[in-house]
Amino acid sequence: MEALLSQVLAGLATGGIYASLALALVMIYQATHLVNFAQGEMAMFATYIAWSLVNAGLGYWPAFFITVGVAFVLGVLIERIVIRPVEHAPVLAVVVVFIGLLVILNSVAGWIFTYTIKSFPSPFPAWLGVRWMSPHQVGALLVTLVVLALLYVFFRFTPLGLAMRAAAQNPVSSRLVGIRVGWMLALGWGLAAAVGAVAGIMVAPIVYLDPNMMSGILLYAFAAALVGGIDSPVGAVIGGLVVGVLENVLGAFVIGNELKLVVALVLIVGVLLVRPSGFFGRVHISRV
Amino acid sequence: MLLEVKGLHASYGSTRVLHGMDFAMDEGSITTVLGANGAGKTTTLRALCGMVKTSGEIRFAGKRVEGRATEDIVRLGVAHVPDGRGTFANLSAEENLRLGAYARKDKREVESDLERMYGYFPVLKDRRHQQAGTLSGGEQQMLAVSRALMLRPKLLLLDEPSFGLAPLVVQELFRILRAVNENERVSMLLVEQNAAMALDLADHAYLIETGRIVFGGEAREIKKNDAVRRSYLGY
Repeated sequence: MEALLSQVLAGLATGGIYASLALALVMIYQATHLVNFAQGEMAMFATYIAWSLVNAGLGYWPAFFITVGVAFVLGVLIERIVIRPVEHAPVLAVVVVFIGLLVILNSVAGWIFTYTIKSFPSPFPAWLGVRWMSPHQVGALLVTLVVLALLYVFFRFTPLGLAMRAAAQNPVSSRLVGIRVGWMLALGWGLAAAVGAVAGIMVAPIVYLDPNMMSGILLYAFAAALVGGIDSPVGAVIGGLVVGVLENVLGAFVIGNELKLVVALVLIVGVLLVRPSGFFGRVHISRV
Repeated sequence: MLLEVKGLHASYGSTRVLHGMDFAMDEGSITTVLGANGAGKTTTLRALCGMVKTSGEIRFAGKRVEGRATEDIVRLGVAHVPDGRGTFANLSAEENLRLGAYARKDKREVESDLERMYGYFPVLKDRRHQQAGTLSGGEQQMLAVSRALMLRPKLLLLDEPSFGLAPLVVQELFRILRAVNENERVSMLLVEQNAAMALDLADHAYLIETGRIVFGGEAREIKKNDAVRRSYLGY
């Protein structure tokens, strides 16, 4: 029983990280109706920036906040420079751009920082640990909760957050009330990149830092977003936690650690087969 | 002159819809554009706020606005109640109204303006937290008009506000539009199928046929002119 509880709690900690990345996916999906395959690599790149800053002698938290800011700016730039030109292109063209972005970010990171696996510091003091969770697990969960709360307040209670939601769901009407829809999309990319950066920094001490660190994480995040419903932010968060717990519990007691990633794949295929809109998503019906 | 339009052409792709329209509007006036389905009424409004490709000259409050982005024209004080109402269906009614004030500079009076809209349309106050997409057609139309008024516009473009509304609701809506025009000096350009109601509300009217203005004059005169009424308005 105790072992199960410990696995569930550990699952919540990593689940929170999947939830953040899933949320980043959902934010971009809501605005563009496309899944950003490069989301994980953007997070990985940001994590390297944080690593460089820490290595340059900056404190952990200054490095953390600078990295999140830089990731935001990079996200905006990627939207403006890379995504904007293909705005009206067919879906497949945009998907290819996403994959291109993935490969480019991965290779550039390998080129600058080499493919050697690096360790990444955890800032959380030992007293933060509880009986069943390590200090980093508790800390990562707290950081995730803070990020989620901030996002909720931003989208729910600020005029800019409201304008971003409006621009994502009804661009034509948004222009008619004076919203600059293009900039809202760019801001969305910036926010998604910033949230991804937090996820990357939080997961790096667990999976270690290398250019491929996010490939598995992104799969879990996909599973989380799909379980929750790809257009539901609340769903993404709950999905992330569910996937984290399932992955940990099944990995520890049922299928073993080597087959953990299969859990994510089974979830993806299972949800798509049984309930394609996820558990919190909207069902889209169109008359043809 | 609040609005001056000269030689306005507009097209969707290669299909020309407007063929050189000339008209003007005084500040504080209500002008209506009447015409059959497909005459170009909706396109005229879309052309004015940069939603379709145009050529010709559009002068709003002395500034040339043709070719500018919709959101920039809106910021000059042109609010549009579009064809189909343009409801943000997944947002609450109140969020819809707040979005209407998004481009405004004096944010402080947004709260009192919200109350003013709820004063005009009390039913919206009851529905303020409801998802706007679940409102009835008439309520969504009221929401669209109040959303546009939340901009505190100089010019309000209204695309068939009576569409799909019960006659009593239409009368109420037009009464409110007149009150807004008189109390707040909001100029209005009204496109309507319901010619009788529109002519009652408007000071000035234009009749259009296949993208051209065929007649313009005082609304009062047009109402009295049997020949024009029979040949163009069908009543």
